[in-house]
Amino acid sequence: MEKKMRILWLSAITCNGNTHSFLNYPHMEQFLDDFEFIYHPVIDSKYSLQEIVSNEIECEVLIIEGAISEEFQRGGVPIFEIIKNYSKRVQKILTVGTCATFGGIFRESDYKDTAGMHFDQDRALHNFSDFLDKTISISGCPIHPEVLVNTLYAIKKSVLLRVDNFLRPKEFYAYTVHNGCTRNEYFEYKVDNHKFGELEGCMFYDHGCQAPFTHGSCNKILWNEVNSKTRAGVPCFGCTEPSFPRDNLFNTKKNMAIPEHLPLGVNKRVYLTLAGITKAFKIDRFQKKILDD
Amino acid sequence: MLKKKENKKELIMQAALELFASKGFYTTTIPDIAASLKMSVGNMYNYFKSKDILAREIIKYISVYLGQQLREINEQDISTKEKTRKIIEIYFKTASLKPEMIDYFLRIYLSNREVFKDSCEGMLCVNEFVTEIMIYFEEGVKCGDLREQDFFSAFGLFMGYLGGMVFLNGENILPKDLNEYVDDISFNIYKALCSE
Ligand code: SF4
Ligand code: SF4
Repeated sequence: MEKKMRILWLSAITCNGNTHSFLNYPHMEQFLDDFEFIYHPVIDSKYSLQEIVSNEIECEVLIIEGAISEEFQRGGVPIFEIIKNYSKRVQKILTVGTCATFGGIFRESDYKDTAGMHFDQDRALHNFSDFLDKTISISGCPIHPEVLVNTLYAIKKSVLLRVDNFLRPKEFYAYTVHNGCTRNEYFEYKVDNHKFGELEGCMFYDHGCQAPFTHGSCNKILWNEVNSKTRAGVPCFGCTEPSFPRDNLFNTKKNMAIPEHLPLGVNKRVYLTLAGITKAFKIDRFQKKILDD
Repeated sequence: MLKKKENKKELIMQAALELFASKGFYTTTIPDIAASLKMSVGNMYNYFKSKDILAREIIKYISVYLGQQLREINEQDISTKEKTRKIIEIYFKTASLKPEMIDYFLRIYLSNREVFKDSCEGMLCVNEFVTEIMIYFEEGVKCGDLREQDFFSAFGLFMGYLGGMVFLNGENILPKDLNEYVDDISFNIYKALCSE
């Protein structure tokens, strides 16, 4: 039998949302045949937290969940120290979730200077810069379990993962969440008459959908293998981005009717021209319900 | 060759504009326009297949013309207040130099919607112009100078006021030259739109 890859899952300042998301991975048995947690805060594991922080136990991957601050400790040891110790020993480090990657919602916590491991929102930090080369960011609030697992398998099989400026694997983050949304036609023709649960309409113009400028695979690799936020009728909140969370997630910030954030790489003047043209179309089937007659 | 055809088209549009302004839109015919250019009617149809098509091309031409000038203003690194003034200045300048253009926009385009129904839905034919006005508003709100509000309430205020002044001017009702109102009107419009 091939050797199991050993993982240390370390939780910093977190709500454990990524852990819970990960527990929904549909092929967990197979996964646990190939990987082993030397420590995980929720899953039974070989060592206790105390043993982890007071010894240096061999492992290949360090997973960090949650934002970090110099003030924060686990098992009586500053999290900075635990991270430094293990970072030196492992092959790869994964920052799992938007808090571990960019600070996320816990930037608002009372701990001093709370941020991600390498980034404070989009600003690069230097505390752990020695380990930049071995870090991969799996951002998301929470992470998509398939993205985490597939990344771990890529590491196990020594597949080269190309990463973007925030160290996110391009295989999963080079797309926008808008890519694959079943509402794309409504986006194209500027039909935005959306209500929760309705199958019709795009949520970009009025309801805060951030998918056209959010990197992620949510509409290509479906959640629980069946659905995504936007397919179900909830706007994308942009949870994989350094700017997460923004205010007013159900509203599109506009300046005199023009969305402040435009689809990625689209020039404002060109966007307005295109919008002016497509808005002029009145396409019957988009005004109607999909299922009712 | 293409360039030559474009130039000719522009000449025809200019001639048509002038005739529309003096004789009225409905009473001006394609043969009238051809005659004013000493062209044969048959040749004229090589350029524009019908009067309606000509009418739509003219409004697009005006929109591109005004849009380009507004774009130059939008691209300058100046305050929204200064931009407001420059836009009004350009609009009035066009109304004095090319009154037939503004006249066409106000009297023909806005009042004969049936002519502009096909392939000119919504504000499609004046897209370039409207886009620049939108950018002027958007940037003004973004930098905090202008108040966030519905686009059309701002657009209506802006265009309605300018249109009204040009109309009064065209009817020779204004006691002073149009350009002399630029300061006051800029002040009023900016005051109505600004965030304070
Ligand atoms: S709902 Fe969001 S993801 Fe879907 S088409 Fe509209 S903008 Fe794109
Ligand atoms: S759809 Fe958007 S908010 Fe929802 S999980 Fe995906 S990236 Fe995050």
